[in-house]
Parts: sequence; structure tokens; C-alpha cells
Amino acid sequence: MNFISAHFLSLILFVPSLVAVVMLFLPKDETKLLRWFAFGASLIPLLLSLSVWFQFKAFAPGFQFQERYDWYEAINSSVHLGVDGLSLTMVLLTTLLTPLAILASFSVAEKVKAYMMLFLFLETGMLGVFMSLDLLVFFVFWEVGLVPMYFLINQWGSANRNYASMKFLIYTMGGSLGLLLAIQLLGVLFGTFDLLALTQRWTSLDPDSTLLGMSVSQVKAIAFWAFVIAFAIKVPVWPFHTWLPDAHTEAPTAGSMILAGVLLKLGAYGFLRLILPLYPFEAKIFAGALAFLATAAIVFGAFASFAQTDFKRLVAYSSVNHMGFVVLGIAAAGLASGTNDATIALDGAVLQMFNHGLSAAGMFFLVGVIYERTHTRNLEEYGGLFPLVPVYGGILIFTSFASLGLPGLNGFISEFLVVRGVWPIFTVYTAISMLGLLFTGAYVLKALKNVLHGPMNEHWAHGEHKLTEINAREILVMTPLMVLILWIGVYPAWILDVINKAMMMLY
Amino acid sequence: MATETLIWLIPLPPALAFFLIVLFTNRNKALSHTIAVGAAFLSWLGSMIVFVRALRVESLGENPFESSVNWLPTGDTWFRAGVLVDPLTAVTLFFVAWTVLMIFIYSVGYHNFGQPAGDHDHKGLPPHGATVDEHGHKHVVPSVEPLYSRFFAFIGLFAFGMFTLVVSDNLLTLFVGWEIMGLCSYLLIGFWYGKKSARDAAVKAFMTTRIGDVFMLLGIAYLYSVTGTLSFREIFTETTLRTLASIPSMVNGLSSAGLIGLLLFIGTIGKSAQFPLHVWLPDAMEGPTPVSAMIHAATMVSGGVYTAIRMFPLLSLDSTTMSIVAFIGAFTALFAATIALAQNDIKRVLAYSTISQLGFMIAALGIGAYVAAVFHLITHAFFKALLFLGSGSVIHGMEHGVLHTGKHDVDPQDMFNMGGLKNKMPITFWTFLIGGFALSGFPIVTAGFWSKDEILADAFAHNLPVFVTLAVAAFLTAFYTMRQITLTFLGEPRTKEAAHAHETPWTMTTPLVVLSVLAIGYGWIGIPEHFPLLGGLVPNWLHDFVGGTLAEHPEALEFNVVPLLTSLVVALGGLGLGYLMYRNVNSPAEDKLQLGFLKNKYYFDEIYDVVFIKPVTWFADKVVYQIMDKGFIDGILHLFGPGTQGIGDGIRNYFDLPVINKFFGDGSANATYFSGEKLRLAQTGRIQQYLMLALILFLAIGAALYFLIKV
Repeated sequence: MNFISAHFLSLILFVPSLVAVVMLFLPKDETKLLRWFAFGASLIPLLLSLSVWFQFKAFAPGFQFQERYDWYEAINSSVHLGVDGLSLTMVLLTTLLTPLAILASFSVAEKVKAYMMLFLFLETGMLGVFMSLDLLVFFVFWEVGLVPMYFLINQWGSANRNYASMKFLIYTMGGSLGLLLAIQLLGVLFGTFDLLALTQRWTSLDPDSTLLGMSVSQVKAIAFWAFVIAFAIKVPVWPFHTWLPDAHTEAPTAGSMILAGVLLKLGAYGFLRLILPLYPFEAKIFAGALAFLATAAIVFGAFASFAQTDFKRLVAYSSVNHMGFVVLGIAAAGLASGTNDATIALDGAVLQMFNHGLSAAGMFFLVGVIYERTHTRNLEEYGGLFPLVPVYGGILIFTSFASLGLPGLNGFISEFLVVRGVWPIFTVYTAISMLGLLFTGAYVLKALKNVLHGPMNEHWAHGEHKLTEINAREILVMTPLMVLILWIGVYPAWILDVINKAMMMLY
Repeated sequence: MATETLIWLIPLPPALAFFLIVLFTNRNKALSHTIAVGAAFLSWLGSMIVFVRALRVESLGENPFESSVNWLPTGDTWFRAGVLVDPLTAVTLFFVAWTVLMIFIYSVGYHNFGQPAGDHDHKGLPPHGATVDEHGHKHVVPSVEPLYSRFFAFIGLFAFGMFTLVVSDNLLTLFVGWEIMGLCSYLLIGFWYGKKSARDAAVKAFMTTRIGDVFMLLGIAYLYSVTGTLSFREIFTETTLRTLASIPSMVNGLSSAGLIGLLLFIGTIGKSAQFPLHVWLPDAMEGPTPVSAMIHAATMVSGGVYTAIRMFPLLSLDSTTMSIVAFIGAFTALFAATIALAQNDIKRVLAYSTISQLGFMIAALGIGAYVAAVFHLITHAFFKALLFLGSGSVIHGMEHGVLHTGKHDVDPQDMFNMGGLKNKMPITFWTFLIGGFALSGFPIVTAGFWSKDEILADAFAHNLPVFVTLAVAAFLTAFYTMRQITLTFLGEPRTKEAAHAHETPWTMTTPLVVLSVLAIGYGWIGIPEHFPLLGGLVPNWLHDFVGGTLAEHPEALEFNVVPLLTSLVVALGGLGLGYLMYRNVNSPAEDKLQLGFLKNKYYFDEIYDVVFIKPVTWFADKVVYQIMDKGFIDGILHLFGPGTQGIGDGIRNYFDLPVINKFFGDGSANATYFSGEKLRLAQTGRIQQYLMLALILFLAIGAALYFLIKV
């Protein structure tokens, strides 16, 4: 027991990878065993992170459950783990969504072993980003996560998977080149990669002194943009978003769940963990530009989503729209950090990250459920399916309205907080973003209208094409998501309080 | 139980009913409606207890029932949410609870509970009747709604939304209730989702109201930013209101109170179907009739007006905002009334009449007639619920006739197919008559008279143009109402179906009777003190009670004979003229008012389609998706592929191949080869030559050393 309590974070982080290695020795034809093994194993990090959640002291400043292991002594880089209210929320989201994604993948029949192993490696990669307090290790995990996802899209994706996986990989890697250089710069300057030490020294550099032949403020501005571009591509902020609809659409269902649910949050997390603390001054200067891009993402994301005829692409674009609110909140906090408005905006942004994780994962899964049965994603080929699949229809309506931001469900709380927090800071952008909120309604209803309502498409009513109802396993995937969606919508304080305290202490 | 606890509990039973029905009892019709009606009854009971207790409180406006809890952490403070019952809430709760309960009971009969399942009924489509074998001969009877349980689940959620809205002590939870109703109206208008028209109407309703909602959300955020609170009691303090009025907004000439008020009011425009966002409501008639009553009378549209009334202390701070409110209200009242003249669908007439009546309330609010607006809100809820339920009963009776004749192309909602239903459906007729007269403002007896008269009196005292507009609208109201009654109930049956119409079961008629009692009796609590003869016999309880909601109790109006005469003339004149004009009209061709622009609602749907919907769809698809994302952004990205390849090819063809390969790679090999070739000449294998070479080298090095050392 002592060992566990002393190594909570490293256990959460490495158990998935260890399990994946163990899976290597399991027989590859025993698909049932492999599935249940992976699923069962992925529950361990969930239970551990729940345990961390309940032991976590929300009011205490700084990072908790810290662990530090030497890693690369020559350049003073170490595996330094720790969580605060922000990262813990994200860790919980990751460890929650991974088992669900694995459970959702039980219908995958090819190369099950490799598939499950990749998912577990992916989990380690994502968790590492959220837990690392060492920039170099942060970067390592940042890149490590890409590899399994690349293969998941490339091997188990649909028709256009080669293009999509390549675009995803190259785009994200290209974006992170600048990040790597900037991290190296910091490491070389101060002889350490430890985030806490770096933040303190980097921000206290005299802006008038020179560095590498340029003034410190110039260097900082360049490094700032190097960070921003890497994270902006990941979020994605408009106009860096076009990899997303392709990757999401082509990825296997569970891949899309994780992509939308967690991977996008890595970018937003980068903004919150690194950019705002490391570059408070630059963030203030460039906040207006960021808010502009966020508003563009909200509005254009909603419009583009409304224009889709492919169900999955429609949901994919909705992520652009929803993540725009996260970035808008971050931009506002960049401009007015320390004010109560900024805290509210950040509360909203972080909660929106969590909420979008739930609803987007749910939506992608539901698209997957119907795609598996009909082998089409074209909205015009559905029509009036509600009587055939009433349970599925009910769940789809529920999740869609969560995505729409219906009050009483989770999305509303976070979007309202963002709007409330940003309004006094970027009034015009907030007003324009309402156009996006309006069209959120339009695309969600468009999807529902085409899938469930209207005259029934008889093709799916009889014979070999007869549409079957959502099964128990699939309902099991949706249940935790729906419970959380409703719970946060009605009484968000249990999670919002943790976030709020963290935001108060951080910024 | 403490009153505060009870208030918290009022909205819960219908929500619980929703979850119970959806999760557990949806296969059992009887259990489902028992749960739903039981839940509505519990809410009704709670509301009545709270109402009675509220009456007993001395000056409830200053000492309302209130209770709140921490809801959202926001920085170092909490956003608190809670419940509040002040006089306005109390009277609203009263009429909401009554209408909701009646509608729930009525729905049991309306959806043909106890009837056999239909022959060819489909889920998501209205039932088409079932053939039964009775005494050896077959005949067709109405069949039970295939999605019976689902209906009760939805109206349960709907009721939850309304009760939440009413008891909320702050704008945010009010907005939660508001939007939950929006969802339910979407689900209920699209209840028969298999019909394309119903599906489209549902989307239209949701989207049109959502336009209002996003403005309202901005207003809420704005208000919250300026005052730091959304609680009504905290906003409506003198200091906060003064601050709001004194801070200018970003819009020229408007105080922030004015702009916030306007933003919130746009929400009401959407929800209460005011011009120019009125277009969704007539289409919403696609839903089953109890839904129309829910949406158009008891709950959703009233919720919009209720919110505007609730925000009155804020709205009234800025005169510009108030003028806009008054204008929108008065204009809508008249505009919608003209459209109602030419509608032939029995429910559509009522729909436009609802828009028009809501306009009356909004106009009243805009001229500062607070109590009159509340009064009309309540009386309208009763008589309009009564009329909608009555029209549902008529349609039901007509469907009976349609099933009997088997001619399914006869529209059971078209008033020209009716006539003479007075004798076939007496209860429906008399209650409908009461409702119609109340709507028309039939003098003295009906509640509608008292509330409308009060609005007109206030308008006469404060704003003459509004008065004239509303007077004309009131005349048209009486006129189209009488047209409706005449065409539907009087004269002889115009079709075989009408001749075979049938009175509806007790579950439907009982609510009609109860509501008609309220549609008459509720007026007597608001008789102005100075009214000739009747004034002062019964104290003007409503004015005293509801007026107490405001910090400054509104003055009772001096009696003036002009508005009274006006309301008498327009009501009686409209009714009389309507009867005279339509008593002999038998077909639309004989109807002189079937004018194109009225029948087509001034072409608003078409205009919106061309001006907004088509361009936006085009913009989303062509500009944002095709041109911007696929063309421009991806275009640039795709340059990287060939671009990188180009750079790669360039490096290979112009650097790797010629420089590295040819020059360094091949070049060094060639050089080695070449030098080897030449040096080979020296490799002769003869010792003498090697020794000779060694000697020469030795001498050369020795000479070099000698010179170097010497120097």
C-alpha cells in the first residue's frame, strides 16, 4: 500500500504501457481475452486517479503527489511529475475516456492485439503531457502520443486514411518543431528543464538585456510564437484546424473519441500550463489576436459544421466550434490575468475542456454506432430512423443537446462562464461568438433531423439492411458519459470548485 | 413543511416523472400517464399551498419566501441559485399549476387512452384509427397514440421547465428553465416526427427562439458583469438600479440598463413570438393539441412575457427601451390580428390570436402598465388554454366523423368543413364560447374583459398611439373570434364528417369546464375600484397584491369613460359584425377576407427564406467550407507537399547528383582512381629503382633539415 501511495502518478502513467508490454506475450488470436484484458487493465489508472482525486487538496497551492526521478542528468532533465487542479481534471478525463474507448473498440476485429496495445501506449503519452513538470519530458510525451494515433488512423481508419493520418502527423510534428527549439533555448539558458524553476527565472529576465544578439523581449516574442503555433495546431485554433476534420473522420470510432476527447485538450493545456505562466507579458500583447482567432473558430467552425453532409465530419467540425470557447477564455485571461473576470473565463475554459471531452467522445461514439450498422455516414442516406432505434435515438438526442449547450447539461455551464468572463474583456468578440452559438443549434438540429426524424427511409427497415438497436455494451459506454453530462449540468460545483481554486492560485 | 422547502420541491415531480417514464415505464401506458398526471397533481398541490401561504403574508413583496444555495464557484465568491416567491411568482404559479394539471388530464383523452391500437399506425405519425368488430358489423374508431408514454414524459419535462422558470430567484436558473422548455417544444412540436412538416416546424421553432436566446444570454452576461449578481432581489435594489442607469453602454445614447434590458427583451421576442420572430408559432401547430395549449397558453410563451415582467424594474430605467417594447408589443398585437382574419385552420387562428394577445401584454409593459400586463397574462393563460383544448376537442370530434365516413382527405382542422357542431358537441361548444368571449373581451362577465380593459385604460392615460392600435386590434380580435365560433359551431354541418362529429370523453371535457370557470371568475379579482356600479363591491385584490412586487406600489388609475366605452364598442361590435358576416358563409370563396397577403402571412416565411436562410446556407457551404477551408487553407497546406517534394527534387537534381555524387562522391573516387593510375607507374617492382628513390628522398629530407636547423 505504501508503494502505491508513494507512486500514484507514476503508476497511473506507466501502468498502461506496462500492460501493453505484457499483452505482447498474449496469444494474438484470443481476441476476447485481449479485449477484456486491455479493458480491465485500463480501469487501473482510472481507479488510481479517482483515488488521487479524492485525496487531492483543492485549496493547497502548488503541485501535489510530486515524484522526481533522474532521467538525463547531463542536461539536468528529470522525470518530474505532479498535478494541480488543472492537470488533475485532465488526468481524470483521460483515464475515464480510455476505458470507454477500449470498450467501444470491442467491435474491432482485425489485429486486435496491436490495436489495444497502441491504445494503452497512447494513454501513457497523453497522461505524460498532463503530469510532466519538466519541459523536455513534456515534449517527449507530447510527441510519443502522436505515434500510436498515427497508426490507429493509418491502420484501422476508413477510406481516406492515408491522407488523413499523414496530414495529422506532419502537421502536428511540423508545429512542434518550434516548440522543441524554444524548449532547448530555455534549457540551455538556465541549465534546467524543470518547469517551476524555469518559470521563475524566465519571467524575471531583464527585458532590456540582450540574448543571442537580440533583445530579451524579441527573443521572448519569437519563443512565444513557437509555443503558440504548436499548441494552436493541436487545439486547433482557426486557421490551423483543417487537419482535424480529416483525422477525425477517417479515424476508427474509438480513435475519434480520444482525439476529440483528449488530444485536443493537450493543446489547450499547453496554453494554460506553459504559455500563460511563461509569457504573461506577450500573452497580454497578443491576446487580441488570439481572441480574434478563437472567435473565428467559433463562428466558422459552426458554419462549416452546418455545411457538412457527412455525419462524422459534422461532429468533427463541431469540435472546432467548441474548442474556440476554450481559447477565447484563455485569450481573455491572457489580457486581464488576475481579475475576477479572467478567473471566471478560465473556469469556463477548463470546464469546457472537460465537458467537450465528454460530449464529443459521446457524439463520435454514437456516429460510430450507426456507421457500423449502415456503413454510411451520409446524412442524406438516413432519415426517420427513430422508430427503428428508439433507445439509440434518445441517447443521441441527449448527447446532441449536451453538445448544443442546453442548460441543465454540462456544456451550458462552461459556455456561460466563458461568455460571462470574456464579455467585459472582449465585448465585441463575445457578441460575434454568439453567432457561432446560434449555429451550433443549427448543425446539431440538422444532424438530428436527418438521422432520426422525417419520413422513414424504408431501406433500413427490412431485410438484411434492417437497422439493429444499440446493444448493451454500447449503452454501457454511453452511461458514464451521460451521467456526468447531466451531473455537471445540474451540480457542477464538485469539479468546478477544484478548477476554480486552481485558476485562482495559478493566474 | 417549511414553505421554502416546498417551493424547492414544486418543479421536481414532473422532472422525476420524465425520468421514470423514459427509463422504466415507457411500455406501460396506464402507468406512464398515472405517473405524469400524479406528478402534475403534486406540483399543483404544492403550488396551491404556497399560493395560500403567500396570501397570508403581510406585504409579501418586501418579505417574499426565498431560499438559495451555493451553485457555481466564481473566483472567490459563489454564484447562488435559489427560489423566490413574491406576489408575481405567486399569481403566476397559480395559473401555471392549474393549466398544467388540466392539460395533463386532457392529454389522456386526447391521445385516445383505452382505445385499441391502430390498424396501420406508425410510431412518429398521428394515429389513423382502428377497425373493431361490434355486434357483427365493422366500424372504425379512434386508435391510441403509438408513442403515448413518450408524450407524457415530454410534457413532464416541459412542466419542470416552466415551474423552474417561475420559482427561480435569479436569471440564470430562469434561463435554464426557459431553455428546457425550448427543448421540449422542439420535441413536442416534432412529436409526430415522421411528418416532414412537423419535423421542419420543430427545427424552425427551436432556431427562431434560439436567436432570441443568444441575445438574452449576452444580456445575462452583461448584467452579471456590471452588477456581479443575477439575483432579482439583489438587482432590483435602488443602488444597483441607479448604477445600471448611470453607466453608459457601448451603444450611443443607451444606458447599460437600457442595453441589458433590450438584450433580455429580444429573448422575450423570440420566446413569446413577437414580431419579427413570430414566424415559428403558427407552424408549431403541427404538434398535438395539448402541446399547443402548453406552449401557447400556460407555459412557454407566457414564460417569455413573465420574464419581461420580472425584469420590469430594469426595463423601465431607460425610456428608449420602453418605447421599443411598447412599439413591438402594439405592432405585433395589430399585425397578428390581421393575419388571424384570413386563417381557416382552427388552431392557426388561435395561434395568431396568441401572438396578438401577447403583444397586448408586451405593449402594456412598455407603457408601464405593470399590473395590467400581469392581469392579462393570467386571464389569457386560462382562456387561451381553454380555447386550444376546445379546438382540440373539436378536431377530435371531427376526426370521429372522418373515421366514420372513411374520407381521409377531409381536413378535420379546416373550419369550412365544420359548422353546426353546437348540437353535436354541447360541452365543447359552451366552453369554447366562454373562452372565445373572454378572448374578445365580452363585457363584465368574462375575465378577458377586465384585463383588456385595464390595458386600454392604461394606454389611454399614457400613450395614445398605443391605445388606438390596441383598440383596433381588440376589435379585430372580437371579429375573428366570432368568425371562428360561427364557422365552427353555428349553422348547419357543411360536411358529412361534421354531421357525424361526436362529443369527446370526460377526460377532455372536464378540463374544459374547469378552465371556463377560471376564464370567467378570475376577472373579478381585478375590478378597478372606481368602475361604475361594480367598482368597490369586490376589492381590487390583484392590483394591491401584484403591485406589491414593485418597490414603489403603482398608483391605481383614475376612472375614465373613454377607454371603457372603447372596449365595450370594440368587443360587442367585433362580435356582432363577425356573426353577421359569417353566419351565411359556407365556403372560402364566399369569405371576403381571404386576401392573398393575409392568407400568406405577409409572406414573412418566404422573405426570411430568401433573405436569411438561403444566403446563410450558401455562405456556410460555399464560402466557409468549400472556398475557405477546402480551397484556401488546405490549398496552402497542399502546397507544402509538392513544395517539399520540389525542394527535395531540387536538392537531388541540382545539388546531390551534380555536386555530391558527381563532384565529391564520384569525384573523389575518380581522383583516387586517377592518382592510383598515375602512381602505378612508380610501382615497378625493381629493388634498384626503389633504393634509388629512397636515396633521393633521403637526400632531399636531409637537405631540408640542414637548411631548417641552420636557420
